[in-house]
Amino acid sequence: MKSLDELKVIREKMRGEVGYRVEHKTPVDIAGAAASYLAANGEKWDTSYRAHVLVCGGTGCTSSGSKRIAEKLEEEIEKQGLKDEVCVIRTGCFGLCALGPIMIVYPEGSFYSMMKEENIPRIVEEHLVKGNVVKDLLYEETVHEDEILPLQETNFYKKQHRVALRNCGVINPENIEEYIGTRGYEALGKVLTEMTPEQVIQTMLDSGLRGRGGAGFPTGLKWKFAAANDADQKYVCCNADEGDPGAFMDRSVLEGDPHVVLEAMAIAGYAIGASQGYIYVRAEYPIAVERLNIAIGQAREYGLLGKDIFGTGFDFDIELRLGAGAFVCGEETALMTSIEGNRGEPRPRPPFPALKGLFAKPTILNNVETYANIPQIILNGPEWFASMGTEKSKGTKVFALGGKVKNIGLVEIPMGTTLREIVEEIGGGIPNGKKFKAAQTGGPSGGCIPAEHFDVPIDYDNLMAIGSMMGSGGLIVMDEDTCMVDIAKFFLEFTVDESCGKCTPCRVGTRRMLEILDKITKGQGTMEDLDRLEELAEHLSSNSLCALGQTAPNPVLSTLRYFKDEYIAHIVDKKCPAGVCKELFTYKINPDKCKGCTACARVCPNSAISGTVKNPHSIDSDKCVKCGACVEKCRFGAIYKD
Amino acid sequence: MLHRKSNVPFSGTKEQEQALLKVIQELKDEKGALMPILQKAQDIYGYLPEEVQKIISDETGIPMEKIYGVATFYSQFSLSPKGKYRISVCLGTACYVKGSGDIYDKLMEKLGISGGECTPDGKFSLDACRCVGACGLAPVMMVNDDVYGRLTVDDIDDILAKYE
Repeated sequence: MKSLDELKVIREKMRGEVGYRVEHKTPVDIAGAAASYLAANGEKWDTSYRAHVLVCGGTGCTSSGSKRIAEKLEEEIEKQGLKDEVCVIRTGCFGLCALGPIMIVYPEGSFYSMMKEENIPRIVEEHLVKGNVVKDLLYEETVHEDEILPLQETNFYKKQHRVALRNCGVINPENIEEYIGTRGYEALGKVLTEMTPEQVIQTMLDSGLRGRGGAGFPTGLKWKFAAANDADQKYVCCNADEGDPGAFMDRSVLEGDPHVVLEAMAIAGYAIGASQGYIYVRAEYPIAVERLNIAIGQAREYGLLGKDIFGTGFDFDIELRLGAGAFVCGEETALMTSIEGNRGEPRPRPPFPALKGLFAKPTILNNVETYANIPQIILNGPEWFASMGTEKSKGTKVFALGGKVKNIGLVEIPMGTTLREIVEEIGGGIPNGKKFKAAQTGGPSGGCIPAEHFDVPIDYDNLMAIGSMMGSGGLIVMDEDTCMVDIAKFFLEFTVDESCGKCTPCRVGTRRMLEILDKITKGQGTMEDLDRLEELAEHLSSNSLCALGQTAPNPVLSTLRYFKDEYIAHIVDKKCPAGVCKELFTYKINPDKCKGCTACARVCPNSAISGTVKNPHSIDSDKCVKCGACVEKCRFGAIYKD
Repeated sequence: MLHRKSNVPFSGTKEQEQALLKVIQELKDEKGALMPILQKAQDIYGYLPEEVQKIISDETGIPMEKIYGVATFYSQFSLSPKGKYRISVCLGTACYVKGSGDIYDKLMEKLGISGGECTPDGKFSLDACRCVGACGLAPVMMVNDDVYGRLTVDDIDDILAKYE
């Protein structure tokens, strides 16, 4: 059992370790105050390592081989006899997933990207032994002639403001003491010893925090409702069933800073009077599951979960439940039904979970990113949080930036940042000189935002007004090569697959809409089909049982609203302007560019290309299966879509 | 979600059954234990054939009809065995806009099976999945636990060859 004083001793002891990375200071700079505090408590100031090498251990970098990088580093460090001077720490996500594997060397903060195993001996020898930063292996944006810029000044990080991702890529997520070193569990201590549950709820209300899972319901209000209902048992749930394709912010928080979720859930438990929490996490996130298990074990060991926390008489424990691959379980009532061991089908509301939730007891459910904000709000006060963002959307939002954009990764920005800033400045624009066409937010429940709304400040209400929604924070950039009808069809295929089948409007309606879209992409659509789509959309949104069905038409409605000309091109002209829908274009060879090298004819799987050496070739469109193999082989750019 | 009943005969061992019975004893009194039991059972057998569902039903008293209902609801539960090498292609949005649909089509063509099926020799099974979270490497596919990213259709032969 750790008391608050013991917690503070650990924090001061760890400051030397994490101070490097959090306060951008060397241990010597921060030693003074910490050392005297520790001396007063009979402890010693102890900074063991002169350099920390942080290697990203998030899913993105692990997939590109960061595990091997970290092992190789340790081997080389051992070889050079630096084992007692330099340590290797595996962290969570740094955010710039496209440049993985990533590593940072502190105290300098040198940011090495796209690491290769063969470069490690050189970095260890030059940087760690001799103290010379290896410039040519650094992230190029941090190198300006002779100067090396701090990471915080690069375009990708400059406009970001990290609250929920505060510790991701900074601490070792498998070591609870590193979390404590960044003021971890201090908010829980403050809540339990200095605040009443009512004050905690009031703080959440004052902060203006809204649910980060999609709908944006005020978190404080949710807690207030659940607190008001008397029951022998209440529950606090965490929605970590991040099913939105292309969204991975919750996963990154769980992988990079799992304790923040545990601490926030305990705070929520105190506020509403619950002693048991459940985290429902996707089984597809093995690293997150492993780190959560480690974190729960450590928190119990330190007495930060379990009975009589901080000696205040407050009990709270957390259990992990794994999802099994059903998107609908991200819906709150379906998630609870699934934890109960049933098919994850939603239930009608009311009764709302605050009255009758998990196992028919009052329950609150918040999403991972929502929880990640809470300890900071307690420590820094609601005014601090409310000072960020727009009038009705406070704080920051994490977006998973993906698709046709240079800097793919995780970005956290104050609410009210424009799409232009995200895509062009942080994201580094569209690769290959292509033009921006649309950004998709909100996943299968959201919509496509066209270039004309590039300068709208992003918050819950503005996104809703332009026909999309915040959702959990996927932000997929699309360029001129993306067909908007095909994208609408893609999302409908997803909802058809994932509709649980319980209510008819969603089960049948999504399928009928998909059939119409399929017809249109094959060039068999009619203008009446567009009216039918709108009519079906109206039925779905007003009659479906849960948000999955209610929002399923959004991708269709938003593309119809902004890209109707593309639908019309498919229907009237039988053309796919982006050249995606296979039935609606043919491959042709430009005789002026074709040199007759025969490469295309040789690669064609169906012998659809004919011609003689050194003479222009031609494609028989009846035989062509539109696999595109010839386009990739042609060195002269002679093959085009018509 | 389509679930076919497997044609492959059940070949569970005594050891597997012992392991399953142990899991059931440990978990059955917990609230909402069915999902964790099914997840462990699938770890043990690799899939959830009717025989395994029957054991769970007998031991927990949960009716078969409910077990079947839950097992077929979630896409991670499989009623047919998977190949020695399980291939899954990410069809999440970020991968899709970068061409993972073509990768998936090509694999079906190369392996001669559809998504959700297993090659007759039991070597490869193919599935589509929704976002493995490696969007920075799009398009992505996985073979068992190995992740292959930044794929083009031309990479497929080399990757499959590694597992021959």
